[in-house]
Amino acid sequence: MSEQAPPTIESFYKFVAEGKLMGVKCKRCGHLTVPPRPMCDKCMSKEVEWVQLKGEGEIVSFTVISVPPAQFASLAPYAVAVVKLDEGPKIPGIVKGATQPSQLKIGMRVRVVFEKAPSQQTWPQWSRYYFEPL
Amino acid sequence: MAGRPLAAVVSAGLSRFGRREGLYWRELFVEAAIEAFERCPNLDPKRDVKAVFVGHMGESYEHQGHTAPTVADWLGLTPVQGFRLESACASSGAALRCAVMAIASNLVDVVLVGGVEKMTHRSTPEVTEFLAMASDFPFEQWNGLTFPGLYALMATAHMHKYGTTEEQLAMVAVKNHRNATMNPKAQFQRAITVEEVLKSRVIAWPLKLLDCSPITDGASCAILVKPELAKRFTDTPVYVIASAGATDKIGVYEREDMTTLLSARAASQEAYKMAGIEPKDVDVAEVHDCFTIAEIMLYEDLGFCPKGYGGKFIEEGQTEIGGKIPVNTSGGLKAKGHPVGATGVAQLYEVYLQLTNQAGPRQVAGAEIGMTHNMGGSGASAFVHIYRRGD
Repeated sequence: MSEQAPPTIESFYKFVAEGKLMGVKCKRCGHLTVPPRPMCDKCMSKEVEWVQLKGEGEIVSFTVISVPPAQFASLAPYAVAVVKLDEGPKIPGIVKGATQPSQLKIGMRVRVVFEKAPSQQTWPQWSRYYFEPL
Repeated sequence: MAGRPLAAVVSAGLSRFGRREGLYWRELFVEAAIEAFERCPNLDPKRDVKAVFVGHMGESYEHQGHTAPTVADWLGLTPVQGFRLESACASSGAALRCAVMAIASNLVDVVLVGGVEKMTHRSTPEVTEFLAMASDFPFEQWNGLTFPGLYALMATAHMHKYGTTEEQLAMVAVKNHRNATMNPKAQFQRAITVEEVLKSRVIAWPLKLLDCSPITDGASCAILVKPELAKRFTDTPVYVIASAGATDKIGVYEREDMTTLLSARAASQEAYKMAGIEPKDVDVAEVHDCFTIAEIMLYEDLGFCPKGYGGKFIEEGQTEIGGKIPVNTSGGLKAKGHPVGATGVAQLYEVYLQLTNQAGPRQVAGAEIGMTHNMGGSGASAFVHIYRRGD
């Protein structure tokens, strides 16, 4: 994956497969977003560029899911947090190892970790990112 | 007097809500429509109805899309024109908004609007998956978030920021169940206690089973006409005096403030302005309590109380029948039931009963101004309508 990749969700997950958390920055107004968008939702500019993010941030909210969708059944209960990355954007992700609300706190520092997609996976063939406490 | 009429509601019908085994959604819709027709003997549906607007979220349940012509056909209205609106759980709120726009445009004068969903014949994991399609796929669904999970994220943030408690969330469910004991069409006509809510199974912490609206079968229907024609059909019309819709970012995680439902805020502010009223003028409101936290946030975002005060507002009993502003007298989504596509017009049905003094034991004395707020998904869409009792 090069920095010339189109600013799409598909590209975002290809970067994830390479162990990179990437956002898209508007060249005109500087607005930074994850997920990537082909057009800046603040100033409507089409001039956007990829930026690599450090992958660290803090939990702004979380839940522990006990009744999961079928494809997550083997994981339950699992915690999903919304993390505000140090660069600004917020993204959701499963917090590895957390199964109880008492293990998490708003304000807790976490970092992103990556997991490559199994080769047999049906659509979408995306790798995954998770969070773990710092 | 507040509000220029945009359209008149001259009749409404609602199927019984709950588990309706052996019925297809088109048959449930007929049940709702028959009530609306029978309440309005001056209406000749074949002659008068010029368009059909139907809210319907999912074709997956019955492998049946192309909703509008199916409804028109089963109501004997073919070849009337028809439109199916999809806006997740706000599908019939969207249908209602479009019906009002159609009438206000002067292109049609009599419209049948409604909504429908048949859900209980599918397994809970299947229903969970069908509903989840209304949330963001690549980040939310992909990371294992469900609808209870998304509202749980809002609840955790609200509790952290404003000190809202799990007991206060439970009180919303208790109130709505109590109201539903007075509604013969409700799915759960059974009172519950705060204790029972707190002890019910955790679905997505901090939300428990009794914080969540159920899976329901049901249909709703109403007849809207140009205000000038109202008296041809009924002596007791209800006027729609405001109609507004709004959106929010599809991903809850991207919203600036997860404790605010921006779509509700934007749509209601526009609606109040259109109606020429303030929140304190609302006598009865049906709001989208898909989860208890939603009702608490809506007290705030619809302007019934200041931001952050929602938990206290339920605790003080302000939204009980007899309180400052009775909310969800029907039992709400929580206890009346939530057949997703039917909910928006089902809310209108309750307000119609209230403003025509037909709500029986749950009647709000002297109600003149009513409001409905119908929300799609995790709040990414909302439709707000304000109504005034006809003279």
